[in-house]
Amino acid sequence: MTSMTFKGLDIVSIRDLTIDQIEQVLDLSEKMMPYATGEKTCKALDGKILANLFFEPSTRTRLSFESAMSRAGGKCIEITMPQTSSTVKGETLADTIRMVEAYSDAIVLRHPHEGASRLAAHFSRKPVINAGDGAGQHPTQTLLDLFTIKQQLGGISGKNVVLVGDLKYGRTVHSLAEALAMFGAELTFVAPPLLQMPNETAKLLENEGVKARLCSNLEDVIADADVLYVTRIQKERFPDLSEYEKVAGCYRIDNILLREAKKGLVIMHPLPRVDEIAPEVDMTENAKYFQQAFNGVPVRMALLTMILGGELR
Amino acid sequence: MKDFRVTPIRNGTVIDHIECGQALKVLRIIKVTGDVRSTVSVLMHVPSKKEGWKDVVKVEDRELDPREVDKISLIAPKATINIIRDFNVAEKYSVTMPDVVKGIIKCGNHNCITNKNEPVEPEFIVESKLPVVLRCKYCDRNQEDFAERLA
Repeated sequence: MTSMTFKGLDIVSIRDLTIDQIEQVLDLSEKMMPYATGEKTCKALDGKILANLFFEPSTRTRLSFESAMSRAGGKCIEITMPQTSSTVKGETLADTIRMVEAYSDAIVLRHPHEGASRLAAHFSRKPVINAGDGAGQHPTQTLLDLFTIKQQLGGISGKNVVLVGDLKYGRTVHSLAEALAMFGAELTFVAPPLLQMPNETAKLLENEGVKARLCSNLEDVIADADVLYVTRIQKERFPDLSEYEKVAGCYRIDNILLREAKKGLVIMHPLPRVDEIAPEVDMTENAKYFQQAFNGVPVRMALLTMILGGELR
Repeated sequence: MKDFRVTPIRNGTVIDHIECGQALKVLRIIKVTGDVRSTVSVLMHVPSKKEGWKDVVKVEDRELDPREVDKISLIAPKATINIIRDFNVAEKYSVTMPDVVKGIIKCGNHNCITNKNEPVEPEFIVESKLPVVLRCKYCDRNQEDFAERLA
């Protein structure tokens, strides 16, 4: 059964969902696992069309939405090379959205400008899912991150989650920190001062009653971590390249660092990585980032099924 | 003999109880520049029974439009507007800050979609009234230095 409250819902920010709604998505994601792996076949979204509009490069998000839609029995249409669309002729996003909504049942949008998905939702009568808007929100990444933590540790409340790397420009960590706070996790932010969590996010967390621990040295906090969520320092988000050069490569997770960690530490990364996690870590029991990337499929299957009113029979 | 620093006006608007130091921004909001044809009086740092000190702006032969009043409410949330007609106070009201501010300023985030020639008016949620905190409905960013952009 899917919830009627979900049908037609826009997913622009993780704050668009209540804890109960997030729990519903995570529960259905668990049920989707055998369908996501192809063990069982699913027709929950038979006859439905998803429009994937990617105005910025994407590998995992785009492919996992396509895979999720196909595994759930639906089909995708897409713009993945904006240079081949009317955007290059000067078409506004508002017009593109009003055109695309006529061809599809839901729209997935990745766009370089913050607020693009909120604008799309304003113009579209069909549900819009934000797949990343500039340095803004990426709520489906948050859902699959929450799912991965729950899957690996059995729950989220009370777990010490250490977010490390680019906490200023990295869009995944803002949404994730807010959601983890909603679920009662303990938060530690490890970043150089230039890349610490923005004030808006810190303020939102305080409103949830969470006072995150801030630090710049990973060695000081690794021993207490249940989850180590590593992010890439994103060169493309820096307005000033000299700022990037000051902080590039400042954290590196390797087996020497992991000697200090708990045995069951879960290492996550939204990928792609550059050099922040050494390849030797991939062979450890702690490395869960490829499982995390796979989890994008069951989670997006669940979300699409719920907002499109599909039934898992 | 009573000492009037500024004489009463026949017709126009008195914006009273402006927070100290905000009078010049109010002038910019109501577009009082060097080129004026009616008398404009500005009092800064005068005693106030309510708040200790205040600024006051008197503009002759002008009544404010609601957009100007909304803008003033964001930098002077305790201001009162007195509409004067023939030396009498014809209307008097306090400014009220709206819960949503639409169209009167641009988002300060240059990468916000509302700054990219899309057919939408910028829109801000008033997160807090004292101090005033505005959050862009689209990009979610809190607005810094919005008072400068208002003017």
